[in-house]
Amino acid sequence: MARLPVSSSDSSVPRSLWQRQRWLVLRRLSQALVLLAFLSGPWFGLWIAKGNLSSSLTLGVLPLTDPLLALQTLLTGHLPYSAALTGAAIVLGFYLLVGGRVFCGWVCPVNVVTDTAAWTRRRLGIKTGRVPDAATRYWLLGGILVAAAVAGRLAWEWVNPVSLLHRGLIFGMGGGLFVIAGIFVYDVLVASRGWCGHLCPMGAFYGLLGRTALLRVSAAKRSACDDCMDCFAVCPEPQVIRPALKAVGQAGPLILSSDCTTCGRCIDVCDKQVFKMTHRFDQRSE
Amino acid sequence: MGRTCPLNGLIVDSARQPARKSPAAESPASAARRRFINGVAAAAGGGCLLALGAGLYSRSASALLAQALRPPGALAEDDFLAACVRCGLCVRDCPYHILKLADLGEPVSTGTPYFTARQLPCEMCEDIPCVKACPTGALDRALTDINQARMGLAALVDHESCLNFLGLRCDVCYRVCPAIDKAITLETQHNPRSDRHAMLLPTVHSDACTGCGKCEKSCVLPEAAIKVLPRKLVQGALPAHYRKGWEEKARHGGSLIGEQVELPVRGFEGSTAGRSATETVVAPVVPAPSAAPSAASVPSPKEASGGLRRGLDSHWKP
Repeated sequence: MARLPVSSSDSSVPRSLWQRQRWLVLRRLSQALVLLAFLSGPWFGLWIAKGNLSSSLTLGVLPLTDPLLALQTLLTGHLPYSAALTGAAIVLGFYLLVGGRVFCGWVCPVNVVTDTAAWTRRRLGIKTGRVPDAATRYWLLGGILVAAAVAGRLAWEWVNPVSLLHRGLIFGMGGGLFVIAGIFVYDVLVASRGWCGHLCPMGAFYGLLGRTALLRVSAAKRSACDDCMDCFAVCPEPQVIRPALKAVGQAGPLILSSDCTTCGRCIDVCDKQVFKMTHRFDQRSE
Repeated sequence: MGRTCPLNGLIVDSARQPARKSPAAESPASAARRRFINGVAAAAGGGCLLALGAGLYSRSASALLAQALRPPGALAEDDFLAACVRCGLCVRDCPYHILKLADLGEPVSTGTPYFTARQLPCEMCEDIPCVKACPTGALDRALTDINQARMGLAALVDHESCLNFLGLRCDVCYRVCPAIDKAITLETQHNPRSDRHAMLLPTVHSDACTGCGKCEKSCVLPEAAIKVLPRKLVQGALPAHYRKGWEEKARHGGSLIGEQVELPVRGFEGSTAGRSATETVVAPVVPAPSAAPSAASVPSPKEASGGLRRGLDSHWKP
């Protein structure tokens, strides 16, 4: 990771590599395991999950469906079978409980691409480009819902990079790679965190589910913050940190913004160990 | 601070203009409002543009849908594109690994399942596992008898290279058809080229063809003469008000409009069987008893007994 020079002199105990990469490794593991659950069947004949993130059947009993896709289907005027609706309800309930954008950080395969893009951008020191407004994603979300209703078909699914990549990884892909490469280049050259943080309507949708998230990051030891800005540099949604870290507009140390993907990267990079993964009701701060 | 007015060249002192404030003089609330409006406009514009682009792309992509054969039980294409979430569960449950999910750029809607008959045709499983796997109903569970599936329609599109049309006995498409003698029949016709053989023409019947693609797969030609295509591409339709007179007649035991005066058709007296389109139709000529039999007309027992058969009917017998 690109790290801004840390000016702290009263350094605490040097942290191990594991401590500095823990949440990133766990997250990548989670993303890989989700993928592996779908790939163990075609690869080893061991069927755990069939289908893809759009809709799947796990161990032959558990249906899971992307609730945004189910919503679009309903808007086209088609009433899906109960399997899809049940699956959507389960996923919806899970992310309402855990936190919507946990999907983005822990499941979505595009996250690996855009994280790499952000890392590349930091390493190359690219500052140019124009970042679209963060609200663009909500307009796009509205746009795809209207498109589904007006066109009477799942219009967004023709180009949706998230399902494109996940489906492609499982079922094979060719042309879809260009879209993913496009997102990478866009994120590196044009807009920092442009896709996931500003455009992706799926991220916007799951963000809307995050208002009651139980799993949250807390700036519990915020008094120890030495303003090194490492967390801001690495955070995919940097605006979420300030209210908790600097007590702007809120008293507690919890990062409550539904934009937070709960990726925990701030925990990794903070040498002062200001942040910790906790639950919504943990208001303690030292 | 002064600027030159582009109209009259006067130096305009912007500080004296009460209407236009410099950004520094602007109240914070107004600046925030402007930023907000700009932001919303940009976001709305960008978002709508992207959504519009996606919508337009989906339109143009589906205009090319054409050759894709959908799994059994698939809804009509427009409904299918509304219902299919592109999860690939049908692909997974197809025991013969026939189904594929379309990739971006293929002439099939991205991510939707299809099969290519010429490579791997549908094996028409009796329990139809692909339909059972579909969580959304894009594959309709109302389909319980695979013989009622309508994945496409076979069409013998190339009469020039089909071996049976050339007068050979290939018959492979007919023999492999799971609904043999119902979906494909062999219709006997006179072979005008050899003038002495029959052609057994493979003929597809849309009321029985499931569109499984076995015929296209097994066509022996380098490029199949019989192809399975989406029904919309292949099948014509009579106007709803058309009635077939001969069917109505049979159903009602007689013509519905009474007996009609039948006018004689000049030039078509006698047998027309086997007459090719290029043949000049002439009225039968009764040969003079004294005339020698021509080389073209081979005498037959019938002719000898007084019956008269001319033209292409050569009475050749093995």
